[in-house]
Amino acid sequence: MTHTETGDAHASGHADWKLGDPPIVHHMDSHTAYDAARLGMWLFLATEVLLFGGLFAAYLFYHWMYFAEFHHASKELNWQLGTLNTAVLLFSSYLAVMAVDAIKQGKNDRAYRFLISTIGCGFIFLIIKAFEYHHKFELGLFPGLSTFNSVEHQHEFKMFFGLYFCMTALHALHVILGMGLLLWGTLKVRSGSLSARYYTPVEVGALYWHLVDLIWIYLFPLLYLVG
Amino acid sequence: MSHSHNPSSTSAPAYHSHSALYTKVFLALMILTAITVGVSRLDFGTWNIVVAMVIASIKAMLVAVIFMHLSHEDKTTWVYAAFPLILMAILIGMLFLDNPLRINPDGNWEYPLNNASKNPAHAQASK
Repeated sequence: MTHTETGDAHASGHADWKLGDPPIVHHMDSHTAYDAARLGMWLFLATEVLLFGGLFAAYLFYHWMYFAEFHHASKELNWQLGTLNTAVLLFSSYLAVMAVDAIKQGKNDRAYRFLISTIGCGFIFLIIKAFEYHHKFELGLFPGLSTFNSVEHQHEFKMFFGLYFCMTALHALHVILGMGLLLWGTLKVRSGSLSARYYTPVEVGALYWHLVDLIWIYLFPLLYLVG
Repeated sequence: MSHSHNPSSTSAPAYHSHSALYTKVFLALMILTAITVGVSRLDFGTWNIVVAMVIASIKAMLVAVIFMHLSHEDKTTWVYAAFPLILMAILIGMLFLDNPLRINPDGNWEYPLNNASKNPAHAQASK
């Protein structure tokens, strides 16, 4: 097999490889590897959309079926905190794309600061979410707790909260996973293994983080703004 | 194309920052969020959720096309990105084509469900 494509160290052996160059992948050149990584991440994001999509379909159906009760149940949620969390995630998406922008210019320090800030926003989101959950537990608004056995909290009310906890908890899990992925990219930026010549880990990490934001963009109005 | 798709090439043109565009899109996203919240505080009945979903979709498009660089991607990637949306449209579309049109054997619309209370604590004699 001969590799004759642009700029690869492979054709002349690995001696030319320096830190910041794309890793040498023996079955394709680095340009193809970059394209493949992005396409692979988009494919994975498509599966994630369908994962949440099933829950969204369930939510939309039961919202239609129990319209008034869902509106009543939604009033228990704090829309101000929901709005704040939306702002936090939108800002974090902005920080993530600015990090990609920075590393594409080879500005490692700038990229590093943007990435750390993005992860920080993730923490803020989780803290606000934990505060909200704690408030629900205190009120007994969790499937299985006694509040749901009382007469005024019918099945429909439970349905809303079952969906609320499933969807936001699955989303929060993805926030944590996204932060992990971003941290991986951050460490690589810091160690100098990323550069304007090779930045794929940051780019695919940012793509995953944007998905987390996209899911919340739909979760927020459906859960918080129907009250 | 002002930015390099070939990170290993030393002969590719230098990448020009798009930071101004990202800042503008972020501000647009914040304004759209404010509008969503503002509209939700008023009562437009069923239209509330329609407006909310339309604005959410505009925000999603902005994030996907600009932040996620779909605008720079090739057709294959666009197909990968659009495909789950088509599947979701089928899923939700069929759910809402099926259920609202259900007629039970008595010839009555199946919804709302005939038993008045779904709470087992309220035992029902009639259905």
